[in-house]
Amino acid sequence: MSLHTTLWINGETYALDADPRTTLLDAIRDHFNLTGSKKGCDHGQCGACTMIVNGRRINSCLTLACMHDGDEITTIEGLGQPGAMSALQEAFVRHDGFQCGYCTPGQVCSATAMLEEVSQGWPSHVSEDLEGPAPLSEAEISERMSGNLCRCSAYPGIVNAIRDAAEGGTT
Amino acid sequence: MRAFDYARATSATDATAKAAAGATIIAGGTNLLDLMKLEVMAPEQIVDINRLDMNRIEHTESGGLRIGALVTNSDLAVHPVVRRDYAVLSRALLAGASGQLRNKATTGGNLLQRTRCGYFYDTAMPCNKREPGTGCQARDGFNRILAILGTSEHCIATHPSDMAVAMRALDAEVEIESATGIARTIPLVDLHVLPGETPHIETTLDEGDLITAVILPPPPGGVHRYRKVRDRSSYAFALVSVAAVLRIESGKIASCALAFGGLAPKPWRVAKVEDALTGQEPSPEIFDKAADILLADAKGYGANDFKIPLARRTLKAVLRESVEAAQ
Ligand SMILES: Cc1cc2nc3c(=O)[nH]c(=O)nc-3n(C[C@H](O)[C@H](O)[C@H](O)COP(=O)(O)OP(=O)(O)OC[C@H]3O[C@@H](n4cnc5c(N)ncnc54)[C@H](O)[C@@H]3O)c2cc1C
Ligand code: SF4
Ligand code: FES
Ligand code: FES
Repeated sequence: MSLHTTLWINGETYALDADPRTTLLDAIRDHFNLTGSKKGCDHGQCGACTMIVNGRRINSCLTLACMHDGDEITTIEGLGQPGAMSALQEAFVRHDGFQCGYCTPGQVCSATAMLEEVSQGWPSHVSEDLEGPAPLSEAEISERMSGNLCRCSAYPGIVNAIRDAAEGGTT
Repeated sequence: MRAFDYARATSATDATAKAAAGATIIAGGTNLLDLMKLEVMAPEQIVDINRLDMNRIEHTESGGLRIGALVTNSDLAVHPVVRRDYAVLSRALLAGASGQLRNKATTGGNLLQRTRCGYFYDTAMPCNKREPGTGCQARDGFNRILAILGTSEHCIATHPSDMAVAMRALDAEVEIESATGIARTIPLVDLHVLPGETPHIETTLDEGDLITAVILPPPPGGVHRYRKVRDRSSYAFALVSVAAVLRIESGKIASCALAFGGLAPKPWRVAKVEDALTGQEPSPEIFDKAADILLADAKGYGANDFKIPLARRTLKAVLRESVEAAQ
């Protein structure tokens, strides 16, 4: 069985004709050659494949491309490019938010959407008050980013980069 | 992954008809696709229900809440009414999985997620749940995460959901549409079944049944707590979890609802535990008595023996904290 699917990726239309087994991650990496998104575990356990779909961060390895016909997708390539990086990408560079860099596209996509969740007032597991404001402490950032593992354990740099970008700073 | 035919459901009726004809329903896909990649599940047809109109959270006439089966775990956890009136549910959801997974995981799919038993996941190993009659390797094997209550000789798997534990404490009901077009509502306690001699049968659902919603009764008030103990502080399944909704009046426990995760093949709740506490003045002795009743029939299988004292300590800690917060 081959299925036709249209995806809007980083503002452009992509047409896919593929077996329904094709995950969103494999479609984007192998069919459209946007290889920024990474495959770590292929089972939802690491976050390397994180993309932003219709405004929400998801694990693209655990969803089928054909389930996303017409959906709007942002990958790391859509957040910034060399010479025109997003504020978060710049902060990751400034704070050494990576070592090997394999988890980084997923970290940056995840953090971008996470900051949006924070701005909408979403609480987290570590928030004292479910209804009150949740200042973006180190504990809050770590909890909200727990879906992104880093095998190099660059966590301190990642947390600092996210806090810096969230505060709009350049420290 | 084995090949399959994919179809998008055009209506609930279409979904139930396709499911009755043998198709497997896909919602968020976060559990089903994981298992399909390992060929633990190998459906030949898949019916995608994501475009059905089942993603709303609405007030019911009786003052409760109706949660569509496609409402994501994120949307449910952050809904203002859930945060205010059903905090135990928000807390349980926020303690589950990761931000990314909660954005995909749905209410119906979360209830029907399968066990995380390692042998169930490994197709090279025998497993009564995956292949009835082949045996249970976990009983004498790696069973650290598995159950101590409600098990059988044939299976000691746990139900891994956090959300369902909170819903059980809240007396939730599940709304189901069948392939014959008949809708029914059952208490959540009647959705999952114990393994007995048929661990491959996990629910009372019939072929073709579609979960359309979960119904919560009017807000119970009181103090809400969800405590989850796990091997790492985030993004891990529960070893033991306790959901509590408790009210104190004139220094006594006026009412309490207690449900447990990580201990059993379904969200676990024991009326006698709650009876032992209700009407009593809170004290370490009465909390111990409640734990005695909860764990009277508990049985460890070696690597999971630690869950028996851990469940006692977690229950007592949650009761102590809830009472403090209620006073
Ligand atoms: C790495 C990882 C960590 C996790 N950690 C946790 C955790 O800590 N706590 C926790 O609770 N969960 C955890 N989960 C599990 C996650 O919550 C479930 O995978 C998710 O809730 C399943 O929902 P879904 O919509 O993706 O279901 P799907 O995968 O789409 O479906 C699951 C099952 O339900 C059936 N189904 C789905 N919707 C319906 C319906 N409306 N009617 C009838 N049948 C239906 C499907 O046929 C399938 O059999 C974790 C998952 C992963 C991958
Ligand atoms: S505990 Fe249940 S799921 Fe695990 S191996 Fe035994 S039969 Fe299979
Ligand atoms: S590759 Fe998707 S979560 Fe690891
Ligand atoms: S930088 Fe190497 S895995 Fe994170």
